[in-house]
Amino acid sequence: MAPKQKQKKKSSRGKKSPKPILAASEEMEPVNMESMGHPEIYPLVLTTKTQEIFNCRIDEDVTDEQPYKLINKEDIFEDLRNRAAVSDFHPVKKIVQEYPGNELLLVYDKDFKYGLNFYLIGTEEGKENYLNPPEVPEEQEEYKEHIPEDVYVYKPPVSKPWVSLGSEKEIEEESVMESTKQITYMISQKRSEFGAPVKFSDQNASSVKDAYIECTAYPDKNFTLKQFEKDVGMQVIPQIKDISTQTEWTYPKNATTQYYPREFSEEEKETLNQSKPLVDFLNNASISVEIALQQNEIMNTFIDDWKYLAEEEGTFGDKTDTHLKEYQSFTDLHSPTEKMITCVSWHPTIYGLIAVSVAVRLSFEDRVYFSGKLLLQPSLILFWSFSDPIHPQLMLESPDDIFCFKFCPSDPNIIAGGCINGQIVLWDITAHADRIENIKAGGSRSKKATLKPMFLLEPESNKEAMYIRHCAVSSIESGHKKAITDIHWLSDTFEINRMGSVFENRSGICCQLVTCSADCTICFWDIRPQKLLTPQTTEKKKEESIEIPFDVPSTFLHLDLSWKPLSKIRLSKGETSLDHCPTRISLNEDHLKTLTQSKTVKAEEMNPYHNLESGMANLLKPIDDFCTKFFVGTEDGEVIYTDWKMEKDPETGRLMPKKPVSIHTIHDGTVHTVQRSPFYNDIILTVGGWNVAIWKEGVMTGPLLQSCCAPKMYTSGHWSLTRPGVFYIGREDGNIDIWDLLEKTHEPAQSQNICITMITYIKPWIFSAKQQFIAIADYYGTLHILEIPWTLSHPSTNEMTSVNYYFEREVKHLEYVEQRKNIREQEKKEMELETEKKKTKTYQKSKEQMEAELKMDYESYLELEKTVLINLGLLKVTEKGSYVDVV
Amino acid sequence: MAEVEETLKRIQSHKGVIGTMVVNAEGIPIRTTLDNSTTVQYAGLLHQLTMKARSTVRDIDPQNDLTFLRIRSKKHEIMVAPGTLAFHFLVKSSFCFTR
Repeated sequence: MAPKQKQKKKSSRGKKSPKPILAASEEMEPVNMESMGHPEIYPLVLTTKTQEIFNCRIDEDVTDEQPYKLINKEDIFEDLRNRAAVSDFHPVKKIVQEYPGNELLLVYDKDFKYGLNFYLIGTEEGKENYLNPPEVPEEQEEYKEHIPEDVYVYKPPVSKPWVSLGSEKEIEEESVMESTKQITYMISQKRSEFGAPVKFSDQNASSVKDAYIECTAYPDKNFTLKQFEKDVGMQVIPQIKDISTQTEWTYPKNATTQYYPREFSEEEKETLNQSKPLVDFLNNASISVEIALQQNEIMNTFIDDWKYLAEEEGTFGDKTDTHLKEYQSFTDLHSPTEKMITCVSWHPTIYGLIAVSVAVRLSFEDRVYFSGKLLLQPSLILFWSFSDPIHPQLMLESPDDIFCFKFCPSDPNIIAGGCINGQIVLWDITAHADRIENIKAGGSRSKKATLKPMFLLEPESNKEAMYIRHCAVSSIESGHKKAITDIHWLSDTFEINRMGSVFENRSGICCQLVTCSADCTICFWDIRPQKLLTPQTTEKKKEESIEIPFDVPSTFLHLDLSWKPLSKIRLSKGETSLDHCPTRISLNEDHLKTLTQSKTVKAEEMNPYHNLESGMANLLKPIDDFCTKFFVGTEDGEVIYTDWKMEKDPETGRLMPKKPVSIHTIHDGTVHTVQRSPFYNDIILTVGGWNVAIWKEGVMTGPLLQSCCAPKMYTSGHWSLTRPGVFYIGREDGNIDIWDLLEKTHEPAQSQNICITMITYIKPWIFSAKQQFIAIADYYGTLHILEIPWTLSHPSTNEMTSVNYYFEREVKHLEYVEQRKNIREQEKKEMELETEKKKTKTYQKSKEQMEAELKMDYESYLELEKTVLINLGLLKVTEKGSYVDVV
Repeated sequence: MAEVEETLKRIQSHKGVIGTMVVNAEGIPIRTTLDNSTTVQYAGLLHQLTMKARSTVRDIDPQNDLTFLRIRSKKHEIMVAPGTLAFHFLVKSSFCFTR
């Protein structure tokens, strides 16, 4: 703490010159380590000279093991006297003087713990503590601390006296204090001079010394730095040129002109007409004109060559792309018994929805044996969607296994199916239509639904597939007696009556069905209520009606269990009792052109199937020129072309079906596919047994194409929907053969393996121009969906005409064969006549010779007989004659 | 003369020909089988086009000359037979060949 200096007044002018005077004697107390908790420790700096004097040189006398040294007080004093202020012990001189003992402890502070390289312990106690550090009580303290850890006793904090841990030093260091001494000036003036007039005078600044303080500019090294690097951004732009000119601005104006063409007057025309130059010109010009016209007639000048150049893309080159790619497959995992798929049908309108009918995979005997068990399991039609391969979306229940079913073409919510017991089953899923339409949105939720227990879910939000009961079944007595093998909806343009005559269908919807079954009959059914029923029978029916559950729509209530076929056709083989057993039928798909374009638009716009009215067949006139013939494939492999129109038998007066137009036995096994080509109305594909046949309606001599026997049995077939010459055949080993008539006609163009078991049904479907699928059902109940590649789905140019041309050629070939047959027969007859003639000639010539020959033959025979008998021992050699008579 | 009539009739009777027209060097129609407004329109437009075509051909090769000009559009084909004195226009319709 420097003493304050007070400075009295200096010069009168008021100039001050500060002259601080420091006190000579600085009484600086030695700094001890009180702030660190060791008030007895005084840090010291000992120079090497001092170290030599006191024999406490670092690393020689004073080492790590013995970092202290006891120094006599006398020696310190001597040093202090010798070196006075220079001595290192000068700061602690007072402490040394006050030290009670004789020897001081000087410790070498190697780590500069206390700031300097040595320190002096200023008290006896400290010396003792250092030399004999109290270790034992420390251990006891540590030991004590371990025991109470097991039992934690809460001790409230007890106030202790504040122990300085050196924080005051820090505060002292941090606090701002004026380091320099403050100077105070007191300026005073004589009292008399207050308020006196002030005298100002000028003075040259440079003349008087210290009159001013100059701050001259000087070059500072900090500012002489030269910038060598500079960050500059650059951008490249195209050259821009700005040019401007002064232009004359014209404003747009509307202007019109009116003109009339120059024309010759009539006389002028006449004169010109007669003029010679015109005639010459015309003669010359007409030649070239006619040449040009002829050229136009020869070839079509309006072909766009550019467009046709691009069409010829390589179709046969890319082999890898010609295989059907597996897209998805569906299996019903919940069914207890093994099932097979009998029929597959895509939903006509909804994308990604496919329905399959499953039947139990048992033979007839097994069915009878297990009939009790089978009754408990429902027979189903499952609706699968692409978005959910595990859970079917809908399950339609039927009284027995369904072997064939079809969606109604005019209303996809009506489904008709044929059962194994001969009944037709109708379903109406209008109530659930929204469920299947919005499958894509709810597909993912169905997985969550299975985790929650059933009673927590509300019935609407339950995404589990529901069983939908059938709407109506046909009458058991009057329907088919055996399994129904095929079912078709008749086109909505015509309807037929009991006689088989065709009438115009005014209702605009499909209302008639045709079925064929294994009891050798083909039945036509009408789903509209028949007004022919007498009132008595209706009452009877009401009593017998079974109560139907509430959730089944009443669309076909009038048909339930009382549905009778409209007409029945028996395919008889004539006198024999064996009849043809039809397996598939194919109707002519000609649409009747409506004569009257009356469309009755109902005001309510209700579903027409809910308001079915009886047919107007009785009121309308029959249409005569409609083709009523159709193809039937039978169980024995025959293809029959017959008529459904009934005629009155003259003998009995009953309605009898007409005789079939033609019967051909082509196939070696059951015909399971009779299908018309989607491109040609009169080309029919029949698949059965081990071969395939293609027929043309109207050509009765035989099939256009009949393939040779295949190595494996063919079990299903279908035309391709987009390529006229392609059809798919499924085999019993799970392979699918793809036939391309333009490529090869004697064998399939491609063969691909789909599954391990028999393929039961094939159904291709078009979703878009780029996406085509084919559904293949197998015997083990799995439905495979495959994607048809580009090459198989897109027809090449002229394919339709080429295939048509091929069929025409085949027809001609058949005709030629017929002709040749006839010629051959004739030739044969002629040849036979000739041989006969030859024979008669030879006969007439040698009658006597013949007799002689005969006699000789007879004698030689007798000889032979004798020798045989002798050999047998029946005849003795000597005897003759009599035994001959016996023999 | 009867020759003129005969020639024109023969050309007109070809299959697919809609109309025939004879136009003089200045583009004024002399004979036509079409109606007046159509004739006038065709004459005016085609005359200029023919002149342009002819001058193009002669620019490329001065010793060359235009012999025939055919303009084929989606619906029709127009044939122009130029002469020194007159032009003969022919409008023909398109017809499709079956493949």
